[in-house]
Amino acid sequence: MEIIQQLVNGVSLGSIYALIALGYTMVYGIVKLINFAHGDVFMVGAFIGFYSITVFDLGFFPALLISMTACAVLGVLIERIAYKPLRNATRIAALITAIGVSLFIEYGTIFVRGAQPEAYPGNIIPAKSIEILGVKISTQSLLILGTSLFLMVLLQFIVHKTKIGKAMRAVSHDMDAARLMGINVNNTISATFAIGSALAGAAGVIFGVYYTKIEPLMGIIPGLKAFVAAVLGGIGIIPGAMAGGLLLGVIESLVSAAGFSLWRDGVAFVVLILILIFRPAGLFGKNIREKV
Amino acid sequence: MLKINDINVYYGNIHALKGVSLDINEGEIVTLIGANGAGKSTLLKTISGLLKPKNGDILFQGQPISGKLAQTIVKQGLSHVPEGRRVFSNMSVEENLELGAYLRKDKQGIREDFEKVYQLFPRLYERRKQLSGTLSGGEQQMLAMGRALMARPKLLLLDEPSMGLAPLLVKIIFKIIEEINQSGTTILLVEQNANMALSIAHRAYVIETGNIVLSGSSEELNQSEQIKIAYLGGH
Ligand SMILES: Nc1ncnc2c1ncn2[C@@H]1O[C@H](COP(=O)(O)OP(=O)(O)O)[C@@H](O)[C@H]1O
Ligand SMILES: [Mg+2]
Repeated sequence: MEIIQQLVNGVSLGSIYALIALGYTMVYGIVKLINFAHGDVFMVGAFIGFYSITVFDLGFFPALLISMTACAVLGVLIERIAYKPLRNATRIAALITAIGVSLFIEYGTIFVRGAQPEAYPGNIIPAKSIEILGVKISTQSLLILGTSLFLMVLLQFIVHKTKIGKAMRAVSHDMDAARLMGINVNNTISATFAIGSALAGAAGVIFGVYYTKIEPLMGIIPGLKAFVAAVLGGIGIIPGAMAGGLLLGVIESLVSAAGFSLWRDGVAFVVLILILIFRPAGLFGKNIREKV
Repeated sequence: MLKINDINVYYGNIHALKGVSLDINEGEIVTLIGANGAGKSTLLKTISGLLKPKNGDILFQGQPISGKLAQTIVKQGLSHVPEGRRVFSNMSVEENLELGAYLRKDKQGIREDFEKVYQLFPRLYERRKQLSGTLSGGEQQMLAMGRALMARPKLLLLDEPSMGLAPLLVKIIFKIIEEINQSGTTILLVEQNANMALSIAHRAYVIETGNIVLSGSSEELNQSEQIKIAYLGGH
């Protein structure tokens, strides 16, 4: 039963990676930029959730919503201020800018509130556990899984059924053709950043509730791992990011369970190297040369 | 309906259109013919707002449109079917057509236009649920045209619709272009296939390295020695 317990942990962790990975992949799909500041949006989301809960005495769901909204705004600001002026610049210029934005958010947060960590209060979600087929699953895990799954389903609905979702797919496929349909490309890119960042904000709150400790540099490692998850699934492919995140979470948990917990953080990068060698387009990607 | 006045367009320091002027009257099919690299696609992109001219002006139904956003220009009733079709191959035929009507809110009218497009291109109806990337070249051309028609354009710009198609399909496509024109849409047709283009157009312009070098009625151009030698295969 131990193994099932570990799987549940893995899926919970993986769903956090997946939520972050979605933002990486959506943004890459539309502007071909690896937004290295994305992990920091996740961190900001965790803090906004924390303050909503502790200062404003809000529950889990209101805190989640506030964090998602604030991160959506932050994502749009980052895009408009830092990336939009570089849209026709070289990729390396945009990449370096992304790293700059990342450092700015990390050290800006430290400047504003200091570097000390905070602990999410433990009583936001009642810490009960339910036994299913002899496996104890905490209500926290269930809530986290439920929330993540709901957000992913909602995202699929937005991307496939709504007008803005169709515009996002059109712009990511062919920007000029999308313009000829009358699609406002700038607004569509902003919407993509907004949605991706909102998901990262949600991941931040969920992470806080699950692991309790948050601090200003907490976005770096999960950000990198979510990036690996996005590449694992095939960068630019939404279901790929979900699968890549879940898979990575499960792999990490199994590695820990097998007694190699010190290797846990390294595993993601082993996965990255393997995927880049054997299947560079990712699990869900077609292995075709990039169009120019 | 469209009046282009002495526009200059650059790519960096490449001078792609050198003082081009051109007129299209309501109801016409006007063709623009010229060799590869002459500047035909550049002109269409400038009209539809994908490129900005450095100077000169473009009037559409009396309104200046040069330098405006593509989305504004589509809304005014000018649609552009780009070279190479550029369908959204990751989406179904139906979704592509929906995107063609992106700026419209009149549900009833959109439904009517779906029907019209499917009548014009029965193949598209048969394949409406299929990913458009799986269509043949001819079907993709039909989709690109249908998608543009979904915006209910008053003026339709077509960039080399015959490119890469078998002669029989080219005939079908040109027949449909005539039908579209007869139902009230003005057309600017860019072609390298000068024979076919002159056979359906009322008037024609010839472009060479960014300059309009000749213009006139299709009959006149068909008779012109210069055109025969350069574009109609001699004799
Ligand atoms: N994106 C671009 N960047 C630089 N030069 C371009 C670009 N697109 C077209 N050109 C140049 O502009 C000229 C006209 O091109 P184009 O309008 O595509 O010609 P046509 O459609 O008549 O074949 C050509 O010399 C071409 O090389
Ligand atoms: Mg061309």
